[in-house]
Amino acid sequence: MTLSRLAFFKAGGSALPGYRLSLTLTLAWTGFFIILPLSTLLVYPWQGGPAAMLGALHDSRMLAALWTSFSCAAIAAACNIPCGLLLAWALARGNLPGHRLADALIDLPLALPTAVSGITLATLYGPHGWLGSLLAVFGVSVSYNKAGIVLALMFVGLPFVVRAVEPVLRNLPQDLEEAAHLLGARPWQIFLRIIAAPILPALITGFGLAFARGIGEYGSVIFIAGNQPFKSEIAPLLIVVRLQEFDYPGATAIALVLLCVSLLSLALIGGFRRRFALWSEPA
Amino acid sequence: MTRYVVWVASWLFILVVLVTPPALVLTEALKDGLVASLATLSDPDAQSAIWLTLRVSAVAVTLNTVFGILAAWVLVKFRFPGRQFLQILVELPLSISPVVSGLVWLLLFGAQGWFGPMLERWNIHIAFAVPGIILATLFVTLPYVVRTVMPVMEVQGRDAEEAAVLAGAGFWQVLWHVTLPGVRGALLSGVLLTTARALGEFGAVSVVSGHIPGETETMPLHIENLYNGYQSVAAFTMAALLALMAMSAVLLRSAPEWIARLQEKKA
Repeated sequence: MTLSRLAFFKAGGSALPGYRLSLTLTLAWTGFFIILPLSTLLVYPWQGGPAAMLGALHDSRMLAALWTSFSCAAIAAACNIPCGLLLAWALARGNLPGHRLADALIDLPLALPTAVSGITLATLYGPHGWLGSLLAVFGVSVSYNKAGIVLALMFVGLPFVVRAVEPVLRNLPQDLEEAAHLLGARPWQIFLRIIAAPILPALITGFGLAFARGIGEYGSVIFIAGNQPFKSEIAPLLIVVRLQEFDYPGATAIALVLLCVSLLSLALIGGFRRRFALWSEPA
Repeated sequence: MTRYVVWVASWLFILVVLVTPPALVLTEALKDGLVASLATLSDPDAQSAIWLTLRVSAVAVTLNTVFGILAAWVLVKFRFPGRQFLQILVELPLSISPVVSGLVWLLLFGAQGWFGPMLERWNIHIAFAVPGIILATLFVTLPYVVRTVMPVMEVQGRDAEEAAVLAGAGFWQVLWHVTLPGVRGALLSGVLLTTARALGEFGAVSVVSGHIPGETETMPLHIENLYNGYQSVAAFTMAALLALMAMSAVLLRSAPEWIARLQEKKA
């Protein structure tokens, strides 16, 4: 069977040229750069047999690292909800003075290379850093423990929440709020009954994106985390440790769990958004 | 009243959380003065790290731009079975941990990998060498051009291209003279995002690089090395340079807007 016989390679429902060429090149490129590398993750852990795979998944240090990553990412994403909401509100509705500069600064954590964020946050919140010494006055230490991990993940996750909520706030019809106000609603009633419902999906999207980014984050966390096994060791770092011990199946088992959780959380957001899109469609 | 509270709280938050990090990078880099700071950049290992980062980024940006345009073209202009699956595949690297993005290349080309031992016999080194760094960078930066170009191409429609085809234009002519001029802004944005990510990639590159100073150390890896060796001024100088490069790439995306605004003022 020649390639052209495959349904794939027939016209493609368009009169435009270049279909076969661009599809072939795209398939070759994604085949080599996405499918081939990711298939190793699915196959490699099983090479030693199912017993070895289960043994690798039962490692207590790995479970501790996964728990650290998931819990810290969830706490950081949750803390980013009020902060992100505040900034999104200020940008979309608050006529914030200097909003153009503020808008550019919000994306800073995404633009800053992770290694740079890592050493900077570690120094900034370290015992002698500008903010670390300030916190030390209150007896709070955020470096070399889980609080440091949460802080670093909050920094990198913030833009996801702001950028998810801001457009929704901007497009929200303001006359509903004015009507509620005229009818005597208190500000908190307006917020809970009129604003909260439409921005909830956006907040959940922002939370999910920040969480998915957080569980995989490496560079901005390892410098501030202290990296003590069972205490402040994140899962991506344990992959690196396992590789240094030449324990490839162990490293792959952790990678597979991380990949599955990240894809699952993104799929959940997708499903949730589709469901909400059905609700909010005009009747 | 509430409005002022929101203003003050927002700016306070922005200053404390977002402005202090870049301010700290600059202060730490210039702690011993500008001369001492710049002197650290003339170290041979630092120079080699800068060149390696520039070379790797140039390769990754070029290849992923070409691929990104073709992938966006096929995904937007045609309908075929498995189209949505292909789109998900292309965006997948965005949701994968950087460390995992490096690990997969070791599983393929490392000493215990699928193809590693075979290539080793032919004296081809990929893992713990520059080709591995390039592969890892290509993997993490793959989605950016496709993602930024696709929505604009979607809006563009097919009328202009179909007219060009009727007038006798071939594939490359349509792409070069009709489609690409229409998505110029998005393409520039995608290329700059790819550049910023390629310059700063740390986790993926860290896993496959082998960390040989002067040979397989990129700028982010050299920063880690300097920082862990308590060479604070050198580490933060390199960090300032890298942040400057990545952030200017991100900011340059608004350049077409600035130019348009300047031209409006003149007119």
